[in-house]
Amino acid sequence: MIETPILEMNDISMEFPGVKALSEVNFQVRAGEIHAICGENGAGKSTLMKVLSGVHPHGSYSGQITYKGGACNFRTIRDSEARGIVIIHQELALIPFLSVAENIFLGNERANHGIIDWGQANKQAAQLLERVGLTENPRTNIVDIGVGKQQLVEIAKALAKRVELLILDEPTAALNDDDSEHLLNILRQLRDEGVTCIIISHKLGEIIKIADSITVIRDGKVIETLNVEKDQVNEERLIKGMVGREMNNRFPEHQPKVGEEIFRIENWTVHHPIDVQRVMVDQVNLDIRAGEIVGLAGLMGSGRTELAMSVFGRTYGADISGNVYLKGVQISTQTVEQAVHNGLAYASEDRKRYGLNLIQSVKENMTAAALGKLAKYGVIETNAETKAANQLKDELTVKTPTVESPVGKLSGGNQQKVSLAKWVYTDPEVLILDEPTRGIDVGAKYEIYQIINNLANQGKAVLVISSELPELIGICDRIYALSEGRITGVVDRADATQEYLMNLMTQETKKAS
Amino acid sequence: MASFKDSIGGSLRQYGIMVALILVVAFFAVFTQGMLLNPDNVATLILQNAYVLILAIGMVMVIVAGHIDLSVGSLVAFIGGVLGWAIINWNWPWPLAILLALVIGVLVGAWHGFWVAYVRIPAFIVTLAGMLVFRGLALMIAGITIAGFDQGFIQISSGKLPQTFFIAHLDGLTLIIGVIGVAGLIWSQFRSRAAQLKHGIAAEPIGLMIGKLVVISVAIMAVTVRLAEPRGFVPYLLVLIGVLIFTYSFVLNRTVFGRHIYAIGGNLNAAILSGINTARTNFMIFVHMGLLSAIAAIVMTSRAGAATASVGQNYELDAIAACFIGGTAVTGGVGRISGAMVGALIMGVLNMGLSIGKVDPALQQTIKGLVLLGAVVLDLLSKRRAQVA
Repeated sequence: MIETPILEMNDISMEFPGVKALSEVNFQVRAGEIHAICGENGAGKSTLMKVLSGVHPHGSYSGQITYKGGACNFRTIRDSEARGIVIIHQELALIPFLSVAENIFLGNERANHGIIDWGQANKQAAQLLERVGLTENPRTNIVDIGVGKQQLVEIAKALAKRVELLILDEPTAALNDDDSEHLLNILRQLRDEGVTCIIISHKLGEIIKIADSITVIRDGKVIETLNVEKDQVNEERLIKGMVGREMNNRFPEHQPKVGEEIFRIENWTVHHPIDVQRVMVDQVNLDIRAGEIVGLAGLMGSGRTELAMSVFGRTYGADISGNVYLKGVQISTQTVEQAVHNGLAYASEDRKRYGLNLIQSVKENMTAAALGKLAKYGVIETNAETKAANQLKDELTVKTPTVESPVGKLSGGNQQKVSLAKWVYTDPEVLILDEPTRGIDVGAKYEIYQIINNLANQGKAVLVISSELPELIGICDRIYALSEGRITGVVDRADATQEYLMNLMTQETKKAS
Repeated sequence: MASFKDSIGGSLRQYGIMVALILVVAFFAVFTQGMLLNPDNVATLILQNAYVLILAIGMVMVIVAGHIDLSVGSLVAFIGGVLGWAIINWNWPWPLAILLALVIGVLVGAWHGFWVAYVRIPAFIVTLAGMLVFRGLALMIAGITIAGFDQGFIQISSGKLPQTFFIAHLDGLTLIIGVIGVAGLIWSQFRSRAAQLKHGIAAEPIGLMIGKLVVISVAIMAVTVRLAEPRGFVPYLLVLIGVLIFTYSFVLNRTVFGRHIYAIGGNLNAAILSGINTARTNFMIFVHMGLLSAIAAIVMTSRAGAATASVGQNYELDAIAACFIGGTAVTGGVGRISGAMVGALIMGVLNMGLSIGKVDPALQQTIKGLVLLGAVVLDLLSKRRAQVA
């Protein structure tokens, strides 16, 4: 396999004011391979790909890029796309109320003299959809298809631009395992058709499964490029490269001191807010004891977030029935105010949309859910507030210049800590943490796990919702599995294996009737 | 070093609008050969722009929460009409009529707030409807101008603080108010700085803070001295506006209600999931806007000496412009009353300076439009630069 690489990036350096984002990166991709890039958040993966695709224009970085033997001086994305390099960003760039076909040919319309030929557009769109394994009608609106399919539409859109080098930034971050598997298969198929792929991903298992080569980046430098076939690549090896140390213990020690039952949900049933006939959560029973960390394992669409949000102030769903008990006493959680008052806390899986006010300060975010504690006759005691925020900052090891800094300027892991701090400050009995480590790097994950342990040690009941099974097995004392809105099993930590849980999570509970 | 730069950058952004006001004043002082700064002009400036200042206070809250209120101009006309009916046609004593006006303002605010907060109709639509409804009602009740108010009512806008004693040729009371204001400002700045240091929060460099305080203090004292001159005066209105600015700044910065306004405007979903009663907060915002509209109506009716249905045209736009010039974010979540007040004064100085300079009214409109656009462009550019840095 001695061939000239299709892409060579040599001595790429780039500086943002005060930060060296990339330093003398050398990166090569062979034609027709799937090349994965992994590294912690902020390591420079996305920056490198933005340099390649022209998002960061030529001149803003130093070094040379050679693609198919020719130099690349891209000033915009259009320049790179003209050469067959297409990047698909983590946040999908699809327009929700336009059809699949319209999205596929967005900016690249099938038109004669500015007049769109809809027959051609829909026909070609259908062909492209077939290549990515979709049978959707091209006239369907984007909002009406799932995230997994939307990701495939993005790929079809790239194919419409005659892509030769496809760059995917965290393509499976928002997908469940089935959809991820499907997406990876499509990538393999594209590789066989001659499309070269670069994929950025946090999911190491997935990378090892699909990639031919893996480049590890840390602190803006390439640590190593591995050949998956030749080198013995496993997750530990990659993690070591990413964090620069052996992570023998990805999860902190936790000695559970489980006490009395604190929280119980009985016969909880929730219907879809618009399609009210559809049952999203079906007769769920669940309990958590003091000091216990309970996991809720479920694929996307299994009803896990729907369950949590419907309990927390009915912020999701319609026609909700069932009972919630706190320490054996039935409580009302009709509104968020009531839920918080009754000792519940819910940290959303999407901290930027549902968790934080990014333009407000760390302090203001931390106290947002319990301002009443700091106020007399509606007037906030500013000194007490600053003091409280500083305490939380130390307690949860939030790295921020001061508590007055806007939350939007912090890293993902620190933002997550602020989001947790907000709920710690309400001093709840029950914490529901929805995907508490989504999109944050390995080091920060460990700190989040420690925070969760501390909360449990204080005697709180913690429910962790996650799609990462190793994480659930690593930190939880007991794990519920949820499938199609029903609890399909509960296992103690000692008996939990990924395979067993996955079986429960994919169990079909309902017959198609 | 970075933090030093940050704090200067932050201050420049925050005080850039102040600098803009000073530049505008300086320009027109030269352009009108000093006439702009005549003592009576300084007082008139405040009287003329009282309505913008009062309405902009409420509009900041509305816009920060992510709404808009297009109805305030019509509401000023309608409540003016009510005042006319109560005082002239029903022969009510004017204090009672004022009370009625305030109650109606609150009720109308509650009406708008109900639709926005509880039925969740966009405020643009609710207040657009309100703009038509209340202009119509104003035409019905004050289609024919109602005039002949008694002196007590007129005094609200034209009354001035008595001149009690003199220091040299300057009015003593005015000077004392000015000095107290400056002292209060300096005291509060040093206090908050001390609190910041105590909690280990990087305060701005002391030199920068003192420099800022000197500039602001000199500006306040310059205005004070102008007003204290024999031809100058302190209108009651200035005192009223001062109290309103102080009160509502406190509400926005220090109360739970104020904090909730910023939370709703910054990220509505996060606010809901934090247990904030967003509906009640939105409702109360419009109630306050209604109340402030009523105050503006009282002031303007008193100043005009008559109730006319055509009064208050474009007031909503003036108030909105003042907010945006003063740095309130179009997308919500960001904005200060002090900024909006400076924005209103910039527009006011422009108005007065162009009028004194006998610039064609058509051209005046055009210039004001360009200033609005320019101010927002500058604001956005500086923010973008700050983001890159």
